[in-house]
Amino acid sequence: MPLAYLVRRLAMAIPTLFGVAIVDFVLLRVVPGNPIAMMIPPGASAADIARLRAFYGLDQPIPVQFWRWLEALLHGNLGVSIDLRRGVLGLVMSRLPATLELALLAMVLAVALGIALGVGAIYWQGRWPEAVVDGIAGLGMAIPDFLWGLLLVLLLGVLLPILPISGRIDPMLSTHFVTPFYLAESLARGEFSLVGSLLAHMALPAVALALPLTAVIARILKSALVEAMSQDYILMARVKGLGRARIIWTEAFRNALVPTVTLSGVQFTFLVGGTVLIERIFSYPGIGNMAIDAVIGRDLPLIQGVVMTFAVLFILINLLIDMTYVLLNPRVRHG
Amino acid sequence: MSDFSRRQFLQTVGAAAAAVPALEVMGGGAALARDANALTIAYNVDLPSWDPTSGPSAVNPTIQSIYKSVFGQFIDQNPDLSFRPGLITKWGWNDDKSKIAMTVREGAFWHDGTPVTPEDVVWSLERAADPKGGNPIQFVWSKIGNFKISGQEVTADVKSYEPALFKWMAFLTGFVLPKKAYEKAGAQGFEKQPIGSGPYQVEEFQRGAFVRLKAFPKWWGGKPAFENVVFKFVTDPTSRVAEVESGSSDLTLNVPYEEYDRLRVKPGFAGSARPITDIGMLFVTNRPPMLNRDLRLALHHAIDKKAIVDKLLRGYGVPIDTLEAPEYEAFDPTIKVGYDPAKAKALMAKAGYSPQHPVSFTIQTTRGYMPKDFEMIQAIAGMWQEIGANANIEVYEIAKHFELRAEHKLAPLAFYDWGNAIGDPSTSTGFAMFSPSPHSAWKSPKLDAMIGPLWGMKDEAKRIAGYKAVDRYIAENGLVIPLLQYAQPILYRQGLTVVPHAAGCILPQTVGRA
Repeated sequence: MPLAYLVRRLAMAIPTLFGVAIVDFVLLRVVPGNPIAMMIPPGASAADIARLRAFYGLDQPIPVQFWRWLEALLHGNLGVSIDLRRGVLGLVMSRLPATLELALLAMVLAVALGIALGVGAIYWQGRWPEAVVDGIAGLGMAIPDFLWGLLLVLLLGVLLPILPISGRIDPMLSTHFVTPFYLAESLARGEFSLVGSLLAHMALPAVALALPLTAVIARILKSALVEAMSQDYILMARVKGLGRARIIWTEAFRNALVPTVTLSGVQFTFLVGGTVLIERIFSYPGIGNMAIDAVIGRDLPLIQGVVMTFAVLFILINLLIDMTYVLLNPRVRHG
Repeated sequence: MSDFSRRQFLQTVGAAAAAVPALEVMGGGAALARDANALTIAYNVDLPSWDPTSGPSAVNPTIQSIYKSVFGQFIDQNPDLSFRPGLITKWGWNDDKSKIAMTVREGAFWHDGTPVTPEDVVWSLERAADPKGGNPIQFVWSKIGNFKISGQEVTADVKSYEPALFKWMAFLTGFVLPKKAYEKAGAQGFEKQPIGSGPYQVEEFQRGAFVRLKAFPKWWGGKPAFENVVFKFVTDPTSRVAEVESGSSDLTLNVPYEEYDRLRVKPGFAGSARPITDIGMLFVTNRPPMLNRDLRLALHHAIDKKAIVDKLLRGYGVPIDTLEAPEYEAFDPTIKVGYDPAKAKALMAKAGYSPQHPVSFTIQTTRGYMPKDFEMIQAIAGMWQEIGANANIEVYEIAKHFELRAEHKLAPLAFYDWGNAIGDPSTSTGFAMFSPSPHSAWKSPKLDAMIGPLWGMKDEAKRIAGYKAVDRYIAENGLVIPLLQYAQPILYRQGLTVVPHAAGCILPQTVGRA
């Protein structure tokens, strides 16, 4: 079943991506501000401007432009960035890993903290730590990630300057990365000074991204655990004399995990979307930071490429979540 | 079930506190900028490309600091905008201005160790003039050709006289690139391994993050104070302030004036905020109701520019009445419009407007593109209300401004920041007010008749006098409303000496130790 399910889901992604491509392309040509107007030199004549428009293919009707772009896209060519003057695919591939590493670290942090808080709240249910956990979760959900980012810059970057607040790695370090996955590569090569620098630079943006998701995970897990703890099999475990901690971990947790994973997965897509602003605040060289520059400069090919990349990423994340759900839930797996 | 005890709580807090030094060891922030041989600059823009002569980034004034650190220009510019020898040590026209002559510097080297030659200079100029080369200033470089080399001397024929030609050699795209290295590497290869002849060579470049430079020992200008320079690309102003405040960077620029005032008096920090070649102005488009001269003049007289500078920009700025800043060649201090609310009301009455019978129009502005741009327009709209003018403020992105301006579709009034790093009147009044220029908003045959002959005027004194006359005519007719010359806030740690550059550049080779 999972293979057929996977194929069906992948097939469904095609019309979704096509829809995104249309909206992405048309919207960018309808919104005010075009890249040619931004690069017109002072002495340019009308003929010069027309030449520039033709050079970038913007003199053609929108359907013709779209068809040409789509045709190139199907051949794996996302075009050439107007501002950066490099292939969009290469640019996206060089910056996406930084975003993925940051998002994954944030996710790991959020899951670890969320589980700890959710389980903690149930473990100390009815006591003051539960109120503390609820308070933390409420605060985490009430404050958006970019505000957490600014607070962290102020607290741990300025007032108590213990962590770097910009970039991905210490600029004074000599690096010879072969892949754009710096963290994974440094870990694989056992270069722990680089790992340390990378983690230090990712710490604050990752925490800023993780905090709202931590709160969501803690809340969902807590609710799921409350429900699980009221089931008959938990009563049976208690009758058997099992301790509260053991009951939570061995009996209730696994069942509470299914809704948590599903909802957390959905939240992960928001987390990836949140990297755009967070990368800006922390001058982190990921795809989001590049996207903002592209929008400011009306770099149409690059914006289109980034949007399509995010679309593919979101589809893949959702697919992954659904597959995990299938694997975790026996009723779905054997249904 | 055990309770979460006070002891456990204290143990947890203690563990967290113990983790703090561990995080510092991992490569934390504060110590990074303290390398005695390194200067770390939190820079306000990213570097899109390593070719300073083609593509949109070549004409982005904010990127020029990095280009000027790595590449040599034909002619250099002093911090006061005057010109000095660069890779060309002597330059000039012949008597009838039909030829130019340049002497190429001896003893200048490329970062690969080979000498800079007259062939490099000629190749760079020919490449810049090639319409297929993608140089946005090609319209200037194409005005000379037929180069001849004799020893270190280069001569060329003037195809079309461009009075500001040598000034452009110190400005956008006026860089000399290495012929052999560029042809060998190709455009893509050069992007990966740029070779210049400037004071610093590229050691590591991480797109979107930073560029690390190393002093070039064979630079003709001598050894800079710092062996290493890091430009960190920190585009968010708040983050730039934090970079300097935390000690992660030694120097930053273009921070909010409030933050500048807060930090520069803090122990350990210093700063400078000197006027630069950025002019905040209101474009006037010749469409109703701005076709009325009295209304235009009334609007100009009603603006208290000094109050705007003092109250909104905390005193950092210089009120101006023409598009020429005091440092520019064609600046004429006798051209004054002045704040005069009574005169403004009288002019409004003459135009048929009053607070009881107000005129309404739209004014467009960016928000956050320049310091206090939106707030400035809000304040101006308030001043105009006093004389019977209701300005409807429309906020747009700078990209939309460029599009509307190129299509001559700006609102009757539109805020913009006009830069002119070489201070020539052609690159301020000329391009901003001459109808055929895609950057002008007021299109007028009479103004064109005044500016047109100045483009190729060979008598420099007459040309400058001509632009002063144009500026006077513009002021007397209210064809543009210049507001102020911006000051550039530069924050740095104490112990550094920073030379502010009127063009707004931060040149690491001019930063020293106190």
